[in-house]
Amino acid sequence: MVEVKNLTKVYGDIKAVDDISFTVGSGEVLGFLGPNGAGKSTTMNIITGYLSSSSGTVTVDGTEILENPKETKAKIGYLPEIPPLYPDMTVKAYLEFMYDIKKVKLPKEEHIDEVMAIVKISDVKDRLIKNLSKGYKQRVGFAQALLGNPPVLILDEPTVGLDPKQIIEIRNLIRGLGKKHTVIFSSHVLSEVSAICDRIIVISNGKIVADAKTDELSTVISGKGQLLLEVEGSSSTVSSAINDVYGVKKVTSTGNNRYAVDYDNTVDIRRGVFNSLTKAGCVILEMKSGGLTLEESFLQLTSQSQRKGGNK
Amino acid sequence: MLAILKRELSAYFNSAIGYIVLAVFYFFSGMYFYLYCLYYGSASLTPVFANMFMIILFLIPIITMKSFSEEKRQKTDQALLTAPISLFEVVMGKFLGAFVMYSCCVAIFLLYTLVICFFTTPDWAVILCTILGMLLLGGALIAIDIFVSALTESQVIAAVISIGVGLLVYMIDSLASITQSQFLINILSTVSFNSNFNNFTYGILDLSNVVFFVSVIAIFVFLTIRVFEKKRWS
Repeated sequence: MVEVKNLTKVYGDIKAVDDISFTVGSGEVLGFLGPNGAGKSTTMNIITGYLSSSSGTVTVDGTEILENPKETKAKIGYLPEIPPLYPDMTVKAYLEFMYDIKKVKLPKEEHIDEVMAIVKISDVKDRLIKNLSKGYKQRVGFAQALLGNPPVLILDEPTVGLDPKQIIEIRNLIRGLGKKHTVIFSSHVLSEVSAICDRIIVISNGKIVADAKTDELSTVISGKGQLLLEVEGSSSTVSSAINDVYGVKKVTSTGNNRYAVDYDNTVDIRRGVFNSLTKAGCVILEMKSGGLTLEESFLQLTSQSQRKGGNK
Repeated sequence: MLAILKRELSAYFNSAIGYIVLAVFYFFSGMYFYLYCLYYGSASLTPVFANMFMIILFLIPIITMKSFSEEKRQKTDQALLTAPISLFEVVMGKFLGAFVMYSCCVAIFLLYTLVICFFTTPDWAVILCTILGMLLLGGALIAIDIFVSALTESQVIAAVISIGVGLLVYMIDSLASITQSQFLINILSTVSFNSNFNNFTYGILDLSNVVFFVSVIAIFVFLTIRVFEKKRWS
């Protein structure tokens, strides 16, 4: 649905986006994850046609944003980091204005009512936008992006600055929208992305450092799992007993009856290790996972590339 | 384009700014009308128009100052530029919004003409020509000031620069009189808003004057579009 190819954006000598390529399938919810200043917003601004790329192409459902801007923009609903709201307009007047400039063909009154019902702002439709709370403003921004039922939704940090209750509401909203639309949404909060998205792209310093299904991300990043053990018994017996277990790649003794076991992340070896060690008569005193959590792998990933970036 | 025009007008008339501009314009034009026409018993509106030039120089920047600067400050330009409309439509919508607002101001002269009708037959050629001249002159200033507004995020800066540019335009003739070079004098008097406007106040509809103001509008609409293009590409 959305195809980004070799996208690069240069400001002066700074590469804000550095040769990014990815595709998003129809109906997919893609999380765009990265620390502040990683190039998320720039990439989204390029996809939506607000900025142009220094090189590379963005194709949405077969049309290219620079060659066919009008047609392509009509397929995208965009919620920028700061929702583009006119404070002096009422919610309804604002949505009618956005409906007009987006040249939506659906029946006006009904469509706007429908969108307001989806994001639950029907009760404030006659209030001035400047008098709304932050959460409501964000939802008006959502409504604006949904006008015309665009197949692709691009949401730039939609939950920033909201209270926990509002964050949960917005998350549920995005999850619901993901059933009908292709959604690309950015965040610097990992738990949020992993809660909503099917797939995560981690971006740091303008580069993609990981692109994986949400549940495989930590495996992709670290490549393997690790189990830390403390076992009584001679090290050779323990090592060979563990080595017999299916999925184990390498056993290292770290002294003091402690062992680190690297294993293939696709299988759970804990049961096998327990059985094998019990059979060998060795007592397990401690067993814990030494692999990285999603959070740790994210940090590792982004700090690594930042260090690399710093050396340039 | 129509949607943007509609929004611009509702922004003027849903806030105090539209009414204040109208009130100030009507007040000064009414004052000059009383002074030069009713008090002296003259049927000529020409001195009224000449004096309104100065008032326009201050009022048009007030009309246009938030045109694009406010969009940039509120980041609403992102909505306009990612919507499936062209930059030309956006800029023209803004221009027409301010122009219609300004036309509402100028329309008061039709009322003054009606007042003159009570006493004598007005010189319709002069009056209609001058109103057209006022509209063209205002349109040119609006195009320049919208361009200025697109350069900054601050309404105040936009207004101050616009007033400065307006005064400079007003003084071009005085500048021409102090230069020695005949070449410069020729250029300055060609681009002088005053000399291009004066023919209208005599009831002379000279195509070159019309072309001059329309060209200024076209150039600055084009430059405004370039400002946004450049922002995208840099």
